[in-house]
This record gives sequence, C-alpha cells and structure tokens, in this order.
Amino acid sequence: MTARIGVVTFPGTLDDRDALRAVRLAGAEPVALWHRDKDLHQVDAVVLPGGFSYGDYLRAGAISRFSPVMETIIEQAKAGLPVLGICNGFQVLTEAHLLPGAMLQNDHLHFVCREQRLRVENASTAWSADFEAGQEISIPLKNMDGRYTADERTLDELEAEGRVAFRYLTEGDPADGYGNPNGSLRNIAGITNAAGNVVGLMPHPEHAVEPLVGTGGTDGLGFFTSILKKLVSA
Amino acid sequence: MTLDTVKHAGETPDTELPWAELGLKQDEYARIREILGRRPTGAELAMYSVMWSEHCSYKSSKVHLKQFGEKAPANDAMLVGIGENAGVVDVGQGYAVTFKVESHNHPSYIEPYQGAATGVGGIVRDILAMGARPVAVVDPLRFGAADHPDTKRVLPGVVAGIGGYGNCLGLPNIGGEVVFDACYQGNPLVNAGCIGVMKHEDIHLAKASGPGNKVILYGARTGGDGIGGVSVLASETFDDSKPTKRPAVQVGDPFQEKLLIECTLEIFAEKLVAGIQDLGGAGLSCATSELASAGTGGMRVELDTVPLRDATLSPEEILMSESQERMCAIVEPRHVERFLEICEKWDVIATVIGEVTDGERLEIFWHGEQIVDVPPGTVAHEGPTYHRPYERPSWQDALQADDAGALPRPAGGDELKDQVLRLVSSPNQASKAWITDQYDRFVQGNTVLAQPEDSGMIRIDEDTDLGVAIATDGNGRYAKLDPYTGAQLALAEAYRNVAASGARPLAVSDCLNFGSPEDPAVMWQFAEATRGLADGCLALGTPVTGGNVSLYNQTGETAIHPTPVVAVLGVIDDVNRRTPIAFAEQGQLLYLLGDTREEFGGSAWSEVVHGHLGGLPPKVDLDRERLLGEILISASRDGMVDAAHDLSDGGLVQAVVESCLRGGNGARLVVPDGLDAFTFLFSESAGRAVVAVPRSEELRFTDMCGARGLPAVRIGVVDGEEIDVQGEFTLGLAELRAAHEATIPGLLA
Amino acid sequence: MARVVVDVMLKPEILDPQGQAVQRALPRLGFDGIADVRQGKRFELDVEGPVDDAALARIHEMAETFLANTVIEDFTVKVES
Repeated sequence: MTARIGVVTFPGTLDDRDALRAVRLAGAEPVALWHRDKDLHQVDAVVLPGGFSYGDYLRAGAISRFSPVMETIIEQAKAGLPVLGICNGFQVLTEAHLLPGAMLQNDHLHFVCREQRLRVENASTAWSADFEAGQEISIPLKNMDGRYTADERTLDELEAEGRVAFRYLTEGDPADGYGNPNGSLRNIAGITNAAGNVVGLMPHPEHAVEPLVGTGGTDGLGFFTSILKKLVSA
Repeated sequence: MTLDTVKHAGETPDTELPWAELGLKQDEYARIREILGRRPTGAELAMYSVMWSEHCSYKSSKVHLKQFGEKAPANDAMLVGIGENAGVVDVGQGYAVTFKVESHNHPSYIEPYQGAATGVGGIVRDILAMGARPVAVVDPLRFGAADHPDTKRVLPGVVAGIGGYGNCLGLPNIGGEVVFDACYQGNPLVNAGCIGVMKHEDIHLAKASGPGNKVILYGARTGGDGIGGVSVLASETFDDSKPTKRPAVQVGDPFQEKLLIECTLEIFAEKLVAGIQDLGGAGLSCATSELASAGTGGMRVELDTVPLRDATLSPEEILMSESQERMCAIVEPRHVERFLEICEKWDVIATVIGEVTDGERLEIFWHGEQIVDVPPGTVAHEGPTYHRPYERPSWQDALQADDAGALPRPAGGDELKDQVLRLVSSPNQASKAWITDQYDRFVQGNTVLAQPEDSGMIRIDEDTDLGVAIATDGNGRYAKLDPYTGAQLALAEAYRNVAASGARPLAVSDCLNFGSPEDPAVMWQFAEATRGLADGCLALGTPVTGGNVSLYNQTGETAIHPTPVVAVLGVIDDVNRRTPIAFAEQGQLLYLLGDTREEFGGSAWSEVVHGHLGGLPPKVDLDRERLLGEILISASRDGMVDAAHDLSDGGLVQAVVESCLRGGNGARLVVPDGLDAFTFLFSESAGRAVVAVPRSEELRFTDMCGARGLPAVRIGVVDGEEIDVQGEFTLGLAELRAAHEATIPGLLA
Repeated sequence: MARVVVDVMLKPEILDPQGQAVQRALPRLGFDGIADVRQGKRFELDVEGPVDDAALARIHEMAETFLANTVIEDFTVKVES
C-alpha cells in the first residue's frame, strides 16, 4: 500500500510530467489532476508544479488560484491535506493565501536558471522530514518572479515560528550555486504554514531526482520521500 | 468599399494593381496574368506576391540548394526529406526525430524581444506540424561588436525574448552559440532550432487530401501582425479611408503556443488529422496553397469565418496576416466534433473555415463572393527561379594572401600567458553563462547535457535511455576567407561536437545567412558555401534534411560575413555513456587527438591579439573527421574516456581552460615534441579533440587509436588548481575563472 | 458603454526594480529631473449597463480579490466619462 500523490496541470503548467516522475521515483503512485476538475480522486497529497500557468498574465499564479481544482485544494489544505507548491505552485499558494507573502519579479529583472544551494531550516514539515535541520542541499532553480516579499511583521512571525523552511545559502562562490538568486527577503527560498502541511518552495526538487539528468544531483528526492514516509506510516 | 471579386477582375482587365509595391517584377506580374488568364484580384495578387517573395520561394537560392538532394548520401535513417516543414530521421527503437534551424534575423533587429520570441515560436510550430512533441530548442546568435552601444540594445532583448518565449513553452534550451563581430552590426543573426520526437507511425505531412474533409483553423485569432506591405492593397487601391500602416512587428503569445502544443499533441494521439500545417510567414496564403497543392488540389475556404482580433481587417490582410500561434488542420468530417472538443478542453479557438474539394482550384470566398480562384501549385511552388550571376570577388585573393602566420607571435612564457588570458576573456571566447542562465535547461527532466557542453543531449526514452544530441556551429570568419572550406568547417565542427559527446551523427539542418543575392560576390559566397556543405555532407554520410536561407543581411553595400550555420543531429543508444567536457577527476591523463599544424587564418588568436582577418582557414580532412568521430564514439561507449572536448576556435588552450573550469580541476601540460608552445596552444587545426583518459584505460585507448591510425599524443594530466604549461607559464583557476566569467556581464549587465 | 479604470500600483514600500531601471535610463536619454519612477498596471473595463454604486462596488471587489494582490499592491477605481 503506497500513497497517492496528485500533480495538478493548469493551462501553461510545465513541470507536471517532471513532478509525476519524481513522485513515481520516490515510490508513490502519481495521479494527474486537471484544473477544471474539482475532484481530487482520493489523493493523499498534492503537488502544484512549476511553469507559467496562464502565461503568468496578471500576476504569477493569480488566475490559476481561482480554478475549480483549487477550490477543493484550498478547503482540504486547511483541513490538513499536504500540499507542496513548487515555483509557480508556490506563487499559486501565496495568491490563494494558504501561505503569507507574495512573489515579485527578480530584483535583477532577468529569468534565472541555475543550480542553487539551500539550507533546510525546518525538517519537521510534511515535505522535509527526510532531511535534517541545517542540512545543505543543491537543486535547480529557475524563475522570473521569485522574489519572496512580505511585510516585516509577517517575516518576523515566520522566523519566530520556524516557518522559514528553506533558505538560500549566500556565503560561497556563485559558480557553485551560492547567492540569493532573486532578491528574496531574508534569503527565503521556501516557507510552510503553521501546521506544516502546506509548503511553498521556489527551487525545483523535481528536477533533482536522477543522477543522469539536470544537474546530476538527487537532493530533490527527499521532498517526495518525506511525504511518502509520512503518509505510509500514518 | 468595393470588393475585388474574381468576377470584378474579369470585368475590369485594365485596372492597375500595385504589383511593384508588393515586390513583384514586371515579368512575374505578367506570368500571374498568364496563369489566371485575367488580371488577378487584390487577394490573389497578395497571395502570389508573398509566396513568390525571396523568403517563401527561395527564388535566388534554389538552384544551389538542389545539390543537397542531388548529392545526398545514401542514408537509411531518412524518413522524410527536404520539402516538408522539417526532415525526419529514424533514431531506432521505433522513434523518429525531426529538427530544423530557421532564421529570424531582420525582425530581431527591428524589435529584439518580439523578433526573437516569434522566431522560437515559429520553429516550434514547424516541428509540431510534423507530428512530433517538441523536446528542446537551440539558439545560434550573432551580434555586432560586443562593446557597440546597439549590441547592448539588441542582445539583451533577443536573449530575453528567447527566454521569455521558450521558457514559457517548457522547452529546455540546450545549445547554440553567441558570436560577436562588427560585420553583424545592424544585421544580427538570430537563428532558432528545435528538435521534436515522435513514433514512426505518427509522422504527419502537410497535405490536404480527401474531398469533403474539413479545413480547420485553430489557435490565436487573426490580427494585423506582420502585414505592413500588403496594406498597400487595402489603403491605396480599394479603400482610402483605412489606416495606411499596419504593424510590421509580430507579437508572440507563448501561453497560447503552449496550449496549442498540448492541444495538437492530444489531437495527434487520437489520430484525428489527415494533414496539418503551421501558419508562419505568409500566414493563411501559405498554409492553404501549400496544403491544397500537396493534396489533390482542390480547396474551398470561407474567409469571413476566420476569427479576428481586429474586425477592420480586409480579406487581403487576413490572407497575409502573420499573426502567431495558429495552425491549420485537414480533418475528416467524422472527427471534427472530437477535434473541436479537444480544442475546447485547452481553451483553443477552432473554426471550420472550409473544405477539401474534388476540383483542382483553391477557391476563397468573402461573404459568399469569390475573391480567389487559382491553381494552388502555381502559388506554392511555381514561383520564379533566378540564376543570379556570381563571381569570385576581386578582393578574395588579397584577403587570402594576407597570411595570419606572418603575424608577430608571443615571445616567451609571460607573453603567452598574457595572450591566453586575453583570449579566454575576449567576448567570443568568454563564458556565456550570463546569457544561457536566462534559459530554462532543466524543464521536461530529460536534459542530459546542455551548454556549455559540446552538444546538447536529451533522453527520449526513460526505459531504454535512448537519446539524441545536437550541436550547431558556424564561423563567418573562416567562411569569409574561403566560403567552400568555411561551410565544411562549420559542418565538421558540429559533427565533431556531437561525436565528442558520444553520439553518432546522423543528419544535418542548416541556416544559410548571407548578404544580398543581387551582389555577384555574395552570390559566389553562397554558391561556394552550398557546394562545400553538400560535398561535406556526402563525405560524412550525413544528409541535409532541411533548413532555411536568409539573404539581404547587409547594410548598404556591406554584407555580413557569409555565415552558414550548421546543425548536426546525432543519436546515442544509452545516454549513460555520454561524454561531458569536464575534467572531473585529478589524475586523468590528457591526450590530444589529431594533427596540429601552424594554422592561424581566421583564428580567435589573430582576432583577439591582432584584430586581423586574413589568410586561409584551417584545412578540412573529412575522412579524418569521420575517423576521429568513430574513435570518440567508441571510447564513449566502452568507457575509455571520462571527458572529451572538441578543438575549434581558440584552439587547445581554450578547450583545456573550459574543461578545467567546468570540472574545477587544474591541468599540467607538456608541449609535445615537434610543436612549439604557441602553435600547441593556439592553432585551430580541424579534426582534433582533447580527451581525459582514466589511467586504467590508457593502454586500451592508445591501442585503439594506434590500430585505427589516429594520432594521439599524451599532453599532460589533470592535476592541482592551476593550468601549468611546463617551462612556459602557470595560471591559477581562480584567475582564469574571473577572467572567463566577468566579460559578458561586464559588457551587458 | 461606460469605462471604468482600475489602476494597480505596487505599495510604496515594495521594491520596484522595473521602475528603478526606467529611472536609471532617463538621464542617459537626456531626461533629467525625475526623482523617482514607479511602474504599475492599468485595467480599462468597458461596463455593460449603468455604472451605479452597485456596479462600482462589484468592480471594487473584483479589484481587491483579483486584479490586485493587496499583499503587495494598492489600487484605485475611477469612472472615465
């Protein structure tokens, strides 16, 4: 008995196949979900993958957030359904107010695609339990609107409650993946809600699950094994 | 407004039409009248003028392009050859791959972002129209001098446009080039390539057969994009009240294109189309005339059913519009309902605009009145053919006599070291990461190799790890010195790059960028380059499957360097066996493969150190290229090499610096017997590569080279954190990295 | 048909690198004396029927929930004659 993990496809979603593959490689059963379908097909967790849903028109994630499938996801996430938003999925989660803050265009105004080093700050969320707190990992990052922003009070709250789940590592050679790639406040790469079931992350763990492709690393697999272990042991 | 119907044209034979403004010659207009037996209507004239243009008809180039067919090597892998949207090659295991490179040069100079973006969009639709899922893009780019102010306008816009469009489609950008040369000032070359993958049975061809089948236009609404010229018809001849200028710039909507891709692939999967064509240059004129003439000939289109973005468009403008993100499909009546359902699922507008008829005429109606009645083949394929005069330019001899070998060479280790630093930090040899980091190379999760590797490599089957590789190369400096050899050097380099990655080269696509064909000197360059490329492809056994010609790349009397850009596609049975360029482990032994001669004509060294272009380009030996390729592929398959990097512009030292920086390791080099340090480091002799051999494989590797007659000389070892050329100089990796990586951001960021 | 315009601007405290890039370019182009540039979005809504208080309230709601992200953006609604 394994877990069923859904991956949503919005119009303009790009990394849905990659996320489905990552779910499969982690040992879970991947389930494709469609934006117009409110039914989550009995999945145990949901991944909102990266891409440019609705072309990032209006604001990244702003139109997808109102799709039928999101109605159910928002309702069930509040009741504890594990949800991981990657890149565009993170943007959808902030637009849906499941996570605080917002995503703005990179401070350097360019799209950036690179290998990125992160520190796992919170290893107790549904999607990070397979890591250790303080662990440093390396996964690809690629975004145009990746600058995480929130007001100071919200940022302080996130810090105080340990809800900054992943942080960009800045002390090191940029050629080795160090540095804040988009101007995110407090080097925030990913955050979690208070319950730890909803996590948003700017870099792309689904691109780092096989030694053969991408940057050749497999640090991304931990996100998917984390949720699988949690679901199977539950 | 009077509608210029077929009937009206018959009744008013003497009405003057603005054929000259539309770019037609007197004899071409006379030919159209002869074909039709009357004067053309405005709509017909619009169609002929655009389809008979240089861009669509290849009228200046086709007498030379014929060689690619005539000299094509026998090759079992070719499934679809030249003439379709793109060629298709068998890569085994039931898979076929289609690929093509096209230019979008002039639009990218006018409006860099949209010009480059729509260039990507167009080539992706070409690939899609063959029935393939697009899996990767590559972008060979050429700009004016790196420090010219206009380069700072054009380059960032082009790069942002390629990224903005390609990233939004979810296609990894895995290769290409960025070259700077003052000759491209005012004429940047923005070439875009795409690879698509399909099963053999899914190949789709652009033809409309089966009377009664429906013609469905789907995708974006039609607006006034890219029809500047044809507006003449509407404004001057038929209706003076209309705006006289339509925008010449086409604007792309990558989100619409992404939906079009997914929608089309779902339609393919359910086998709902009998024929399909993308709408690119010449829009509906091209799609309807080509589909009809490739089928049984007859088609009837109700033009007023075309969904419009701008209700004021005239029928001529609708026929000409180059609005992006549109496709045209031929669908059996029983499949129409399902076809429209899938379009609805993806929020794609689809409209039945006509049907295939059992006649032989393309007939187009506007609110019930006929405005076009033509034999479609005369529009699509019977455009004029020019045998333009060509002549070796008078300056060619003097240029070749200006031997780069006579230039002052560095004296001693310090000067060598200084020139190495200047070379690797020069705009053409510097790291292009600032540019390529703006492209998504990871999406789809199948990217095995991407820039700055020798080739881009994509896994196409997750179960068997079958993969394909692509490399694009061109060197306008070599081609200027000798266009025949220059074209072969571009081919040889791309071939070598693919082989160095471990893939077997299979087929070629090209993008031929030249000046004005009306200049006999340019026409000679074109004739020589095409002859060289055709001869080269025959010798290497890699047929040209398709491509693109871009002429008139010149400002006033000054043409760009002749710039044939060649893409070579290869196949690798198991991508786990790929060979990267990185010197990843200390202790690996470095071998130089091939012969190094004193060849500096057109070299990066002569440009960077002396600002010189003269002499002869390096010699080409295609048998040697083939042998080198076989060795590299065997070594990759059998695990005899850990890294390989082809040697081309910048010579050995450029390759070693790139491989060291990529792997984060230094190297100790020894100048081999019979060579001086300068020639060893900077010569650009073709047919060479540097490989890193694990010690355990050294004997097996050198035995293989010896047995097959390929010169292989040990030149050093991967070691330390610096590059040391024994007895000459030492350069730390940190210093090299800083020099190599700071240049492009310094110029452009 | 009446037109209602919704202007959406980043909140003053939010960094606007696009606006800054424009501002930096101005002196280069010979346009001096511009102390600050902020870039925003303008939505032109062609409204069917009368633009009464109820219609404006709906548009206000639309702007608040959809056209603007009030975490980072402010908006104004005005009727164009």
